[in-house]
Amino acid sequence: MYRYDQYDQAIVDARVAEFSDQVARRLAGEISEDEFKPLRLTNGLYLQLHAYMLRVAIPYGTMDSRQMRMLAHIARTYDRGYGHFTTRQNIQYNWIKLEDSPAILADLASVEMHAIQTSGNCIRNISSDQFAGAAADEVADPRVWAEMLRQWSTFHPEFSYLPRKFKIAVIAADEDRAAMRLHDIGIQLVTQDGVVGARVFVGGGMGRTPMVAPEIVPFVRREDFLATMEACLRVYNRHGRRDNIYKARIKILVHDLGATEYARQVEEELVAVKALGIDPPAAEWERIERFFAMPEGLAPKASLALDGKAGSAFAHWRARNTRPHKVAGHVSVTISLKPVGGIPGDATAEQIDVMADLAQRYSHDELRVTHSQNIVLPHVAESDLPAIYDALVAAELADANIDLVSDIIACPGLDYCSLANARSIPVAQKIAQRFADAERQRDIGELKLKISGCINACGHHHAGHIGILGVDRKGTENYQLLLGGSGAEDASLGKIMGPGFDEDGVVDAVEKVVERYRTLRSDGERFLDTYRRVGMEPFKEAVYG
Amino acid sequence: MVELRFRTDEAPEQPAVTLDAFLDQSNATAVRLEPDDEPRALLPHLDRIALIEIAFPKFRDGRGYSSARILREAGYAGELRAEGDVLVDQIGFMRRCGFDSFAPARPLDMAAVERALERFAHVYQPAADGAVPVWKLRHGG
Repeated sequence: MYRYDQYDQAIVDARVAEFSDQVARRLAGEISEDEFKPLRLTNGLYLQLHAYMLRVAIPYGTMDSRQMRMLAHIARTYDRGYGHFTTRQNIQYNWIKLEDSPAILADLASVEMHAIQTSGNCIRNISSDQFAGAAADEVADPRVWAEMLRQWSTFHPEFSYLPRKFKIAVIAADEDRAAMRLHDIGIQLVTQDGVVGARVFVGGGMGRTPMVAPEIVPFVRREDFLATMEACLRVYNRHGRRDNIYKARIKILVHDLGATEYARQVEEELVAVKALGIDPPAAEWERIERFFAMPEGLAPKASLALDGKAGSAFAHWRARNTRPHKVAGHVSVTISLKPVGGIPGDATAEQIDVMADLAQRYSHDELRVTHSQNIVLPHVAESDLPAIYDALVAAELADANIDLVSDIIACPGLDYCSLANARSIPVAQKIAQRFADAERQRDIGELKLKISGCINACGHHHAGHIGILGVDRKGTENYQLLLGGSGAEDASLGKIMGPGFDEDGVVDAVEKVVERYRTLRSDGERFLDTYRRVGMEPFKEAVYG
Repeated sequence: MVELRFRTDEAPEQPAVTLDAFLDQSNATAVRLEPDDEPRALLPHLDRIALIEIAFPKFRDGRGYSSARILREAGYAGELRAEGDVLVDQIGFMRRCGFDSFAPARPLDMAAVERALERFAHVYQPAADGAVPVWKLRHGG
């Protein structure tokens, strides 16, 4: 994985010094909260319902054990012993004191981490495929391009006061494991005549006006990659709406102009930008590529036989939580942070340490955070699976529910967030409890359930096979049910089923929808496939009929 | 009032006029751009302009950064002034985008400005200030 050199380190260290100075000026009353707000936000510090929340960047979700242990240290030292992994592959701490924040950033900088641009109207942390470098279907490691974007976008002088926040995802396979087309810019690496380049989608997003991004540039070679990004962003910075916060994302600009006209403006801008020489030379690409080479010593091995353990808890976990690796005899393990009754994405400091230990011992010192709020050990020999499983059981991290109905994405909701209209966590907990029977969950199969506590859609409800949106109706929490969304390569937006429910009502409604699916499905159909075949009506009838 | 200037030539004396007025008056040498004005409208006239003032009515409105870069990219070498809601913590980015004078609506803490401008020894991307990006330093300058 990528390691800082003297320049990366100097830039992050300077940032710590700068923020310490800004916090000191704020605490001394030299700058107002209004002036301080954008400064703390570009350092990931939000003022929430009960305390400051700090969001730490985990670039493209990749970390080593030393960095993971630092996250545990921060949870223990400055928070209440927890961290919350997010849909942006970051981690958030919910109980931070403003005066501690410079020390936290200094701790992070000591392990090549930061909270730069994890908030604010700027280019946010770049997200990617959690199986990058391990998946057999990728055309290249998307993290090379993501790291290039990380550096280019860090303290970009022109794009630090955009109309609104800006999120970029990079993938390199046809299977989309990063909800790429639901980003402001989504990039899919593809090959053309043996050359790897970027297919660029612009103008996707969730929030109150969800959109799937259209293709804007079919193929960009790496020599022109950053110039193209610069042109895409400049058109947005100049012409994106600033009069209405709800219409300020790039998706509105692209939609209003039309994809063809936006693409034309980008092309026009590119003529000016290309002349500037902002793209780094091949040597820099090669330097970054070397960091993402397959770990040394990861060689093909014999596969692990189950030896009469079929049907055991281990066998179920192995079948559900591991996926093939590009090197024989290896898998990528997904550790579920979705225990029944737990808070989706939460981990204790002790659990974070356990995962760091497992990565160091069994996964070539690498971990990933997924946009589904789970943790991946990307490079594991199958022969080590029993030992990993036992350690996860001991740490209460062995739930075998990846992509099942209890593997719920949920935003922090009204329990923590100052924007929320309704609670998300209790709904997630009740649904997981309702479907606690593992056998039943396995029978239901892949079902992506996503919950947001307000229209801003941090819980990706539009992209859930089943989505739940919490709203405030005359002072009480009300939940709308959506069906048919997908954040994968078959991206689609869920449709609202009908009138909303109270908290228990929505749990009942989910169960009715799922049971109707079980009677309607034909062989091999996932919930989403059945929904697409039969439409909304049968489910509506099951719930309201 | 200009509080900060990074040029050694004489400050232009002519007051800046609006873009429309400038395009109507062939003798104007100073022009003011609002955030939604098209900076490329000035490109045919750059050789007669001594001052372009770009308005920042609110510091959160970042359009002026793009206007500045477009003008510098087109070869404008005259004074480029940021006027309005110009705060300490934006001046570094403004310098990188090509601004070389500042007329903040409220007085700046000059010591804080100095610290801010000296803080970052390295940059990741080339911009209008000529700073060498780290990728160039990594591969032999």
